[in-house]
Amino acid sequence: MTTSGDRDGRTVSVGGRAGRNNRLIGVGGLTMAVAMIGLTYAAAPFYSAFCRATGYEGTPQVVKANSDAEGRRILRVAFDTNVAPGLDWSFEPESESVRLRTGKTVTVFFRARNLTDKPTVARATFNVSPEVSGEYFDKISCFCFTEQHLGPHESAEWPVVFFLDPSLETDESMAKVDSITLSYTLFAQPSERPAPARAADRAGPAG
Amino acid sequence: MASVTDLSHHGVDADHEHEHHIPTGWRRYLYSTNHKDIGTLYLIFAICAGLIGTVLSIAIRAELMSPGIQVFPLISAIMTGDGSVDAAKNMYNVFFSSHAIIMIFFMVMPAMMGGFGNWMVPLMIGAPDMAFPRLNNMSFWLLVASFVLLLCSMFAEGSPGMRGFGGGWVLYPPMSSTVGTPGPAADFVILSMHLAGASSIIGAINFIATIFNMRAPGMTMFRMPLFPWSVLVTAFLLLLSLPVLAGALTMLLTDRNFHTTFFDPAGGGDPILFQHLFWFFAHPEVYILIIPGFGMISQVVATFSKKPIFGYVGMVYAMLAIALLGFAVWAHHMFTTGMSLNAQRYFVFATMVIAVPTGVKVFSWLATMWGGSISLRPPMLWAIGFVFVFTVGGVTGVVLANAAIDRYVHDTYYVVAHFHYVMSLGAVFSIFAGFYYWFPKMTGYLYDERLAKWHFWVSFVGINLAFFPQHFLGFQGMPRRVVDYTEAYAFWNMVSSIGAFIGGAGTLVFVYLLYDAFKAKRLAGPNPWGPGATTLEWQLPSPPPFHTWEEPPHILGDEHDHAPAIVGHGSVA
Repeated sequence: MTTSGDRDGRTVSVGGRAGRNNRLIGVGGLTMAVAMIGLTYAAAPFYSAFCRATGYEGTPQVVKANSDAEGRRILRVAFDTNVAPGLDWSFEPESESVRLRTGKTVTVFFRARNLTDKPTVARATFNVSPEVSGEYFDKISCFCFTEQHLGPHESAEWPVVFFLDPSLETDESMAKVDSITLSYTLFAQPSERPAPARAADRAGPAG
Repeated sequence: MASVTDLSHHGVDADHEHEHHIPTGWRRYLYSTNHKDIGTLYLIFAICAGLIGTVLSIAIRAELMSPGIQVFPLISAIMTGDGSVDAAKNMYNVFFSSHAIIMIFFMVMPAMMGGFGNWMVPLMIGAPDMAFPRLNNMSFWLLVASFVLLLCSMFAEGSPGMRGFGGGWVLYPPMSSTVGTPGPAADFVILSMHLAGASSIIGAINFIATIFNMRAPGMTMFRMPLFPWSVLVTAFLLLLSLPVLAGALTMLLTDRNFHTTFFDPAGGGDPILFQHLFWFFAHPEVYILIIPGFGMISQVVATFSKKPIFGYVGMVYAMLAIALLGFAVWAHHMFTTGMSLNAQRYFVFATMVIAVPTGVKVFSWLATMWGGSISLRPPMLWAIGFVFVFTVGGVTGVVLANAAIDRYVHDTYYVVAHFHYVMSLGAVFSIFAGFYYWFPKMTGYLYDERLAKWHFWVSFVGINLAFFPQHFLGFQGMPRRVVDYTEAYAFWNMVSSIGAFIGGAGTLVFVYLLYDAFKAKRLAGPNPWGPGATTLEWQLPSPPPFHTWEEPPHILGDEHDHAPAIVGHGSVA
């Protein structure tokens, strides 16, 4: 190893083979750090795909058609609707809950109404609770798959077509689940949401 | 003893002295590229930050001493001019958030890695300096800039009409997004963490290059003492985990300022994703805070038992195992966010597995002491104290690893007690063990051992009194991060606060000890610890000259040995 003082005598600088190896390790380390940042960003789409695929976080499954394999259990499915601050719409389910046999396809309707004088665009986020039932909650069609437009004071009835996968009967963590809640929250499109400064009005004091 | 003098000649090469102009005054430190000077800067920085963090915690305990909100209206009135109850609640949130961030990023990390790592790793492996001395300087000054940003955040607007960021060190959205903290206080914290992260990543690369590439001939990896090993393992943890925090915080920053929606459900994002990313960083982070402490404790226990460390190779592999497992258990912080039973089973099991390598370490320390010629000098007192409190914290960690129990005590004072036992007692005790061990080496002066023992006993009694009752409060259901509580929790909170004040008094003893040591100027000599101190740094004069090991030291013994190189004194067994 050759070491020598810099011209200013302050810094020990490493030359020769050791110096090259140091730089190699330095570049390698930096590459690892940058790769980890890249993986962090890759985690965002991966997480969303993971939730859709596994029902994690109560994410309902999206399927093309029902297999029509009727199951044995009868569960209650309740509906919960919310409208996020910044969107002046009313939004409610036609019936509070339905009881259905696993494997049976049902259609339920939700009523929405734009309470403002302006046409507005909104999109619903959704999940089911308890979270473990996401894997078995299969939607064939839903208004939440696309953006919804409502003109001034226009109202609409939106259908949701879904069924419960009979394979939930074999999952021990579903054994004691008799009731599943499907929840929606309507959000205005980001461009139409209030600016952060106005968001301050709705945030209470900390504590 | 002949070999000692022989080796110190290699350390201080008289021929080089005249070539090396040692800079003086502020230039020496501001422009410093010398690992010892930078280590000193880090230690001074950590002591200052630690004192600020301690003051914050004393204020918190003063508030929690009895039910009601008494202290923080006053603090808020002094700091912001607003003495209302809402402002007081906000100020309390700001205090515990800042306390955590300061203690983690500006006290423990700079002291262990920046301070002792910089000072001792090159000395202990026989390297002339760190691999990238100028990057080393950059690491330190980035951290100062980061700390300034954090202090700015305490005075910037956070929640509407309030000052400071009160969302905890975890920075979970929506509390840290524009919903909870529309003001720039959260941006200051995020940018502060960015700088601290960059500083640590640069430092980690520096340590990895130094340890892999600049060891003295004969100092093979498995002849390296355990402290450089612990720094190497920690450096890899830093390198792999901090970029995840940097990425997650960048997402949060763009969510707040540039209309992205990574964590905002309105745009298809998910706040839970932040928790996953955060804990993927933060669980390795808690090992970053303790693994260098493992290394220091190993050095101290071996030195004062006058025996080589028991199970050296096992100790190295235990650290590697803890580090690897640390990346695979993050969701045990999130048992209440709704996970399938199978996911919970995995995280419970993986978390409990960590108790195995940790147990290997604790038993090896005990086995090192067993049959040793133990001298209870101050570093050894702190080390034994560490083994005790770290084991208590480890046991409550195994309790918390059970998802079923975690649901019950999640976000209660039981968790607070657990992590303060491993951090506030464990990590801090190991820092003091290292400090009292290496202080004579770094400064050339002896401290007053009587004062150091007072410091230990006052702190030990105080901090245990502060945190042990918090287990009871947690099981009774007292939630953490809340400024007020019902009458039912009054008694143990009073005890806890009294303990905290006693612990604070211990810190004052420490400050006086420092003053006394520098005033009295009792010379330490190269090795004040006797034959147990077998690592390379004790072969140098105290304080070591500006440049050391310009000619690499001669490492005795067989290169294929799997035991730390014993230099100078020969066998001590």
